[in-house]
Amino acid sequence: MSLLSELSQTSMKPFEKVVKFFITVSAFAAILISISIVFTLLTEAINFFQDPAVTLKGYFTATRWTPTFQNPEYGVIVLISSTLYIAVIACLISFPLGLFSAIYLSEFATKRTRKVIKPVLEVLAGVPTVVFGYFALNWITPNIIQRFIPGTGVFNALSAGIAVGIMIIPTIASISDDALNAVPNSLRNGSLALGSTRRITALKIMFPAAISGIIASFILGFSRAIGETMIVTIAGGQYPELNLDPRSAMYTITSSIVNVSLGDTPHGTTAYNALFALGITLFIMTFILNIASDYVARKYRKEYE
Amino acid sequence: MSLESTEKNMSNETIITGKKAENAIKESLFLFTLYICVTIAILTLMTLIYDVLSTGTTRLTSDYEVGLITKIQIDNPRDFLTTLDSRYPDRAGIGPAFAGTLWLMIIVISATFPFGAGAAIYLQEFAPKNRLTRFIELNLTNLAGVPSVIYGLLGLAVFVRLAGFGRSVLSGGLTLTLLILPVVIVASREALKAVPDTIRQGALALGSTKFQAVFRQVVPSAIPGMVTGMVLGLSRAIGETAPLIFMGALTYVNYFPDTPLSGFTAIPIQVYNWVGYPQAEWKETASAGIILLLGLLLFMNSIAIFIRNRYEKDF
Repeated sequence: MSLLSELSQTSMKPFEKVVKFFITVSAFAAILISISIVFTLLTEAINFFQDPAVTLKGYFTATRWTPTFQNPEYGVIVLISSTLYIAVIACLISFPLGLFSAIYLSEFATKRTRKVIKPVLEVLAGVPTVVFGYFALNWITPNIIQRFIPGTGVFNALSAGIAVGIMIIPTIASISDDALNAVPNSLRNGSLALGSTRRITALKIMFPAAISGIIASFILGFSRAIGETMIVTIAGGQYPELNLDPRSAMYTITSSIVNVSLGDTPHGTTAYNALFALGITLFIMTFILNIASDYVARKYRKEYE
Repeated sequence: MSLESTEKNMSNETIITGKKAENAIKESLFLFTLYICVTIAILTLMTLIYDVLSTGTTRLTSDYEVGLITKIQIDNPRDFLTTLDSRYPDRAGIGPAFAGTLWLMIIVISATFPFGAGAAIYLQEFAPKNRLTRFIELNLTNLAGVPSVIYGLLGLAVFVRLAGFGRSVLSGGLTLTLLILPVVIVASREALKAVPDTIRQGALALGSTKFQAVFRQVVPSAIPGMVTGMVLGLSRAIGETAPLIFMGALTYVNYFPDTPLSGFTAIPIQVYNWVGYPQAEWKETASAGIILLLGLLLFMNSIAIFIRNRYEKDF
């Protein structure tokens, strides 16, 4: 008997070892992916700055982004400002809509309405961004933007920003909803028992109590708006100069990455390396925002656990 | 006695100042605002779906034949699902893109399943609670927030150039795998976390090794949850456009991919392509592509929900 069990154990061991080795390696893949993202972006970006036509100063001070022109200029400020501009429009749309939806879901909706609205928001979250891009270009622009602001071009920052905003509503709504639900019920009940109305309870008790989770959702939403690609590429147009007119086309970091890569850029050229310089710029921006969001969210989880 | 009197005072005060009525108006205004916000979100989704359906259905259903995506059917020039792309909007089909998406799905599933499940099992069941594990978890959270274009650049540098797979469906599939892996790992961990400790302890008490307890008891109970997470990850992968652009998926592809190393295009890429043309007829074709894409996603999400409801145990 003991021999049998010994045999079975020894015969299992090598196989177990292989499996365990494999799953350990899979877990470390997360680190490997992160390292390779930073490494590839950095090496190619360094190549980019070694081109004599490119200077670090020009990268941050020039006011045009024209890498494929005869006399190329690489002013990333144009792209960063457009990116932030569209992201801010998106936030103006999605912060109130997302937050109020979350307050409605967690404080006012009955269980039955919740069961209907939550899946709808999930479907909205699952719509591919290329579809939102189509919607921005073919529906929002002609039916809303051009109707209320005549003379707006086909490609404009406004419709792209609105579509990006709609896209991130579910993100903000679901994270804020979780934050509001994480607040202990005793707070809500206490407030109601003291005679405050549901509106006062929602605005003066629940909202401040969940504020860190809500801020975390806002930061994450902003980060997603910055990294959004297809909507701004399809509906935002390409205007490579500095401008702050919401009716005009703009050129975000992501859409210029797409457009440079469309232009059949051979490996090793400055335009090809520029992709990676833009990539690392975008990566750093979203990375800082994600860390900040994670930090804020972690803080609120601690408060009530 | 004193409590009663204060209550009386309060109600008197509210009546006198008319605060109650004012409050009631404020209450309903606030609730109304909330309704509006939720309604806008829902209405947008409905408008989007209505717009796409009303524009694209005719294109999708004209002379539609149910059939497999084979090269034989290319001869039928009006069958949207199986024919090649064309310069004429009323003849353009989505065949190669559809096939490309199916190829991508196969590659993504076969690469994501072992690595996603493996990493989740290690992190949830075996990993020591130390700094390294914490660092891996931090990495996963951050990777989930990295924009998809960055994964495209990574795929371009690693799979297309370094590994030498070229601009192929294999590079595309592996890039999408990297993109969804963090999400899938987190979802699979949640599924493992939901398995109660009594199952682990019971297995260990009956004399099984840690390895046996995990792989014969815990993992089988968590499989439905893990599969659900994987299907949802997969549906995110097929909707992705940006990373595939770097795989050369946007160049005019008018053939069906037949090996993992052949060039390809995918449904979202094809839609992006069509959206780019200014003529109104192309809008119909693009809408038809979007209907197919949304239908595919709906199908996959239904599978996920079905698995969740049918197989998931409630501990």
